[in-house]
Amino acid sequence: MAKYQASRMDRTFSALADPTRRAILLRLKRKSGLSVSELARPFSQKLPGMMKHLDVLSDAGLITRAKSGRTVSVHLAVGPMREAMEWLKRYERFWTVSIDRLAALVEEDGER
Amino acid sequence: MTKSLPSVTIVRRIKAPPAKVYAALTEPRLMMRWWGPDAGPTLSAEADVRPGGRFSIVFRLLNGEEHNPTGVYQEVVPEKKLVFTWEWPGMPERESLVTFLLEPFDGGTELTLIHEHLPDEAARKSHEKGWKGFLDKLSVFLGDPEWST
Repeated sequence: MAKYQASRMDRTFSALADPTRRAILLRLKRKSGLSVSELARPFSQKLPGMMKHLDVLSDAGLITRAKSGRTVSVHLAVGPMREAMEWLKRYERFWTVSIDRLAALVEEDGER
Repeated sequence: MTKSLPSVTIVRRIKAPPAKVYAALTEPRLMMRWWGPDAGPTLSAEADVRPGGRFSIVFRLLNGEEHNPTGVYQEVVPEKKLVFTWEWPGMPERESLVTFLLEPFDGGTELTLIHEHLPDEAARKSHEKGWKGFLDKLSVFLGDPEWST
């Protein structure tokens, strides 16, 4: 279970580490269910390039694709992004408290 | 400013000089006194503070859980900079990177902490600006009831 999560979160962060892919997600956020060619248009991406990006996003669980007739529509999936945000929140808490304590420790005897 | 993946950045001004803050970051005796996310005790701290050296810290939370973050120092510049990898056994991640920067500030220290998640070298290289904006949007997005599942 832990192992599965680890590789999944690695994939999420990797997938998010590309500006085109982030732009795709934000676009899907505004308008879910766009087709692949509609998605490709504003990115001046050729379809094969777009398909590659979508594969990465799909492997990371960030999107799902649904085929209807000859059109593939793309939808956002929020689970993995939530996990990534959890990671950030966890460390934010961890370090905020630790650094408060660090500051208290070095400030306590007033030596400046 | 942020150079890679999603990261936690904390900036804190401390009323003590960099030398003192640096000592608290690197001397196990002092590390024992602050390291940990709540008031639970730090049980052990080991630090071989040189590039390639390891650190290992064990702390117990108030709820009784014990944790043992470890890692390897990457960059060590006394009183200025400390960079180490971060592994947290049992936590859902592989390895991340922690950077402490210390700058003298008005008789004290401005401390900057950056904790980054680094899935791999390729991802690190594809660093881009715009993360912050993306994450802000993401937070809004995740809080948006329309998308809650």
